[in-house]
Amino acid sequence: MEGAKISLLVTKDLVKWFGDTHAVDHVNFTVKESEVLALIGSNGAGKTTLVNLISGLFRPDGGQILFRDADVTKQSVHGRIKAGIARSFQLVNLFDQLTARDNVALTIFSREGKIANLVALAASDTAVWDEAHEILKAFGLEAKARTLAGGVSQGERKLLDVAVAYALRPKLLFLDEPTSGVSTREKAPIMDTVTSVVRSTGISAAIIEHDMDVVFNYSDRIVAMHQGAILADGPPDEIRRNETVITNLIGTTEAR
Amino acid sequence: MSVPAPAPRTTASATRPLRIAVPIAVLLALVPLVLPPYSSILLAYGLVMAIGALGFNLLLGYTGLLSFGHSAYFGVGAYAVALMVKYLRVTSMELFLVGAIVASVLITALFGVVCVRYTRIFFGILTLALSQVLWSLAFKFFWVTGGTDGLRVPTPSLFAGLVTGAGDKIAFMSHAYYYYVLITFCVCVALMWVIVNSPFGMALQAIRDNETRAEFVGVQIWRYRWVAFLVSGVFTGLAGALWVPLNGLTTPDIMHWTFSGEIVFMTVLGGFRSFAGPIIGAIVFNYLKTYAVGYTVYWQLLLGAVLVGLVLSLPTGIVGTASRLVARFQGRS
Repeated sequence: MEGAKISLLVTKDLVKWFGDTHAVDHVNFTVKESEVLALIGSNGAGKTTLVNLISGLFRPDGGQILFRDADVTKQSVHGRIKAGIARSFQLVNLFDQLTARDNVALTIFSREGKIANLVALAASDTAVWDEAHEILKAFGLEAKARTLAGGVSQGERKLLDVAVAYALRPKLLFLDEPTSGVSTREKAPIMDTVTSVVRSTGISAAIIEHDMDVVFNYSDRIVAMHQGAILADGPPDEIRRNETVITNLIGTTEAR
Repeated sequence: MSVPAPAPRTTASATRPLRIAVPIAVLLALVPLVLPPYSSILLAYGLVMAIGALGFNLLLGYTGLLSFGHSAYFGVGAYAVALMVKYLRVTSMELFLVGAIVASVLITALFGVVCVRYTRIFFGILTLALSQVLWSLAFKFFWVTGGTDGLRVPTPSLFAGLVTGAGDKIAFMSHAYYYYVLITFCVCVALMWVIVNSPFGMALQAIRDNETRAEFVGVQIWRYRWVAFLVSGVFTGLAGALWVPLNGLTTPDIMHWTFSGEIVFMTVLGGFRSFAGPIIGAIVFNYLKTYAVGYTVYWQLLLGAVLVGLVLSLPTGIVGTASRLVARFQGRS
């Protein structure tokens, strides 16, 4: 197992079929410790499916997922979260009728194993609320703490979605298109916030992204997928010059 | 659906609700002293139904599951009491309550395992079907349950035998028993308030809002839904146990799905988005039904018309509409 010391996550020959389609086709994918990785590829390349397999939303049809050298292939979503894998969603997935602060606080309660407690007032656990406040502040959302998650702007919702996943204190955070659906102007601030939080805590982040400016500016390494397989894997400068990637991906994604 | 912010519920301090609840409890305690016995007996029925609806709304309002089978748990509570009378000659109300809690825990734990894997219409139909199974058992096993004749339940003794029902039954029901119901009601309301404001209650609301995301913040959906189902059923079972001495008789009618419909209705009428909604709804529904029955033989028609009118004019229920009016009034002044 080459590079096992610094590899946080390794997939071995991971396979997922949807009917006749090989959505993920024998993928060997790694995420190293404390890196920001970008996962790129055109629509249908298998990026989200790969994340769904790793986070436990889908069961793979073959292959293995190792997280910190432990086999998590058959682990439940709950087990993977406890191991340290968290994710956000491409279409924002929040608890819309809870306030922004409650969204984060609930996640902390869950992480601390306190949600099984039905005879204590949540409001009295000040440690949790303080932490929720700190997290909202780190993501620049403290002004929206008392607003319902369903009532904040799209850019703020994207940030809150990441903040909720981050509140699990994961070792590896998957972000599925954290800047999709927001204006070009908002993209950089969102990525600045997200990557600064990620880098300051030393966790790893794997970001699915379509916007090539975002990808080249914010990632340490890029993995390009095409038709369910990995096409290229390397630092941004190398990927930028990679002919196959240019023909297959960059050309098309920039045109969109 | 845009719902006005329910004033940061989870961070509410314990004093504000108490400032509202204590005066209301005092008013309720005065009822037997100032109003005729009939009024307090009628209100006792309303309070009992309120406990049942409060339990029901833990599933509907907080977990997002519409049960169409809560008559079953109400009936389990009532029949647990009646069978304790029939076979064990128990008369203590405290033992009745314990028996009803044990029986409803057993039944809801079992039914819950089946039901909580489903949501929406599938959950509704499954709870409905299971409650009809219990109804048909109560209906057919007449040598145990008395069939359509039901089982009689005499006046119980309260507070470990300190208060007995000997003598005037009306006086007992309108005073001693009324206070017994009121105390149980207050305990249930306080307990439910803590539950919905606990971390567990937040987890339920998370499941209601977004099941997938709840799973991805580590909430084990089925397990939490099952516990909610259990708590919900036990509250409703407790209501059944309190109801049966008041009524003096339990028949299979209370297990029938139409009674589940009444529980749904009173909750929606009061407003399932607020904590107090099912309480208000149950009490109002109880009055509406009683007066409609007394007014005409076509009471179901009348009640139906009144309810359609109320739902159309108050889509967020009585409590939802009232709080909107209060907010508007405060905004103007």
